[in-house]
Amino acid sequence: MRNVWIIWRKELRSYFVSPVAYLLLAMFAVIFGFFFWNILGYFVFTSMESQMRGEMFPVNVNEQVIRPLLSNVGVIGLFFIPMITMRLFAEEKRSGTIELLVTSPIRDGEIILGKWLAALTLYAGLLALAALNFVFLFRYGNPDWKPLAIGYLGLLLQAGALLAIGMFISTLTKNQIIAGAATFGVCLLLWVLEWVGGYETATWASVLSYMSVVTHIESFSKGLLDSKDAVYYVTLIFLGIFFTARSLESLRWRS
Amino acid sequence: MITVKELTKRYARNTAVDHISFEIQKGQIVGFLGPNGAGKTTTMRMLTCFMPPTAGTATVAGFDVLEEPMEVKKRIGYLPETPPLYPEMRTGEYLEFVGRLKGLRKPELGKRVDYVCERCAVADVRDRLISKLSKGYRQRVGLAQAIIHNPEVLILDEPTAGLDPKQINETRDLIKSLAGDHTIILSTHILPEVEQTCEQVIIINKGKVIATDSVNNLQNRARGAESVLVEVGGRNGDLDSAAIQSRLEKVSGVSKVVFKEKRQARNVFEVESIKGRLMRGDLARAVVEAGWDLNELRPSAMSLEEVFLQLTGQPDAAPQVQLVAEGAGK
Repeated sequence: MRNVWIIWRKELRSYFVSPVAYLLLAMFAVIFGFFFWNILGYFVFTSMESQMRGEMFPVNVNEQVIRPLLSNVGVIGLFFIPMITMRLFAEEKRSGTIELLVTSPIRDGEIILGKWLAALTLYAGLLALAALNFVFLFRYGNPDWKPLAIGYLGLLLQAGALLAIGMFISTLTKNQIIAGAATFGVCLLLWVLEWVGGYETATWASVLSYMSVVTHIESFSKGLLDSKDAVYYVTLIFLGIFFTARSLESLRWRS
Repeated sequence: MITVKELTKRYARNTAVDHISFEIQKGQIVGFLGPNGAGKTTTMRMLTCFMPPTAGTATVAGFDVLEEPMEVKKRIGYLPETPPLYPEMRTGEYLEFVGRLKGLRKPELGKRVDYVCERCAVADVRDRLISKLSKGYRQRVGLAQAIIHNPEVLILDEPTAGLDPKQINETRDLIKSLAGDHTIILSTHILPEVEQTCEQVIIINKGKVIATDSVNNLQNRARGAESVLVEVGGRNGDLDSAAIQSRLEKVSGVSKVVFKEKRQARNVFEVESIKGRLMRGDLARAVVEAGWDLNELRPSAMSLEEVFLQLTGQPDAAPQVQLVAEGAGK
């Protein structure tokens, strides 16, 4: 466990000594801020309108602001994840430092876990920054915090899964750009697979849309903790880490 | 300390290391000599548990590289061909990180970092970013990294590659000074380097060990006869090559004179001595007394390739080889 911590610290440090982390944080803050402003604006507009018409529709901040916001964040995340994972192993392979890591008395699993946790921590940092916006909702409204927490848990799980996949892709190449582009492609595909379920009801279509990461974030952003969806993400995380481990091992047999 | 038996590494199409065996005693400093692509790096990578062997066994400090890699890794310090440095870290930070990786803990860690900084002469760049360091410093930081956990065995892959002559000397001295505490294997394709730093040589070519001997023995074996290049010039510009050749042949101790080339008014000959005879003084005197100019008289160095040919092709012919060019590389 101590070794995981050593790797975690080193990885997180190298995110923050390069502009990568700051760039991601700034971009995420701006984009999330825009979404927040947009959705809140729409919410205020519709509630005023219904008030003027004298309708007494119940307005719900959780349903009408937090839920769409969280599903949007899930999609924005798809674009940020490749930038977080692309350097994880590609950079170590290119500069030769991978030789230092794997000839040190530390298990492959510890290296992988440390790197994955560091990536997840950075992503959690992005989400934490986004959470600043919610402070306003709690200040001027009265939303329920539990669905929000569950939504955040879902986002973390989704990110964990995609980060694990991105980390695996990063072990396949020495080139960060290739790793990033391939991860982006996979993330995008895992998103759009969901669309199939919109018009087709055959079994293959539901299988495809089940495979999409976005399908499973729905229940979380509603504030429901559905074990079926949690299992999906946890499985993806395990698969990603497992393949990373196999890939790292095969690197030693080949190179 | 290190025992290698029938170690083999096969890739999809070629065999990089082919049934090599050798043994290295504790405290020795051993040179791994061979041309590029001979299998030096692959062998070292197998010893450091970076890659598993296809067949055969290797044990380091009594631990098998396949069975107990963790124990082996704890006892090995490894400097790959390109030092494994993180450019975004500072030297001190980097050494601390490696120390932690190797299992050092707080009070000891600080002491070891201080010690290796001092030992490898990188104390003055401790707070500098590694990306800003010169090649020589990077190499020394790489060495510092390798000895941080005071390993029993040091494996250095071409530690002087790409350095300037001054840095090469510094690095060699540093390696020699480490020899007392560690068993060292270093690989190189430079012949004088082995002569200057190592006690024992393992010559490897095309994945096979072709000679294992102490440096002294190899030198003696090769120094039986000497071979020199003589360049003779004349004042009046006109020189009779045949006359010079026959004069040189008459010098005592000379066994063979070969006319090499004619450059304007200068003639170059390669002269070989009879085994065990010195002839350079007599050669020089003979040329000068005959009224010619002696422009150059230097030992003809044997390239590594030729040494290999000698060692692999005709072992009996080895004594004729001038293995080490005196003065070269010093």
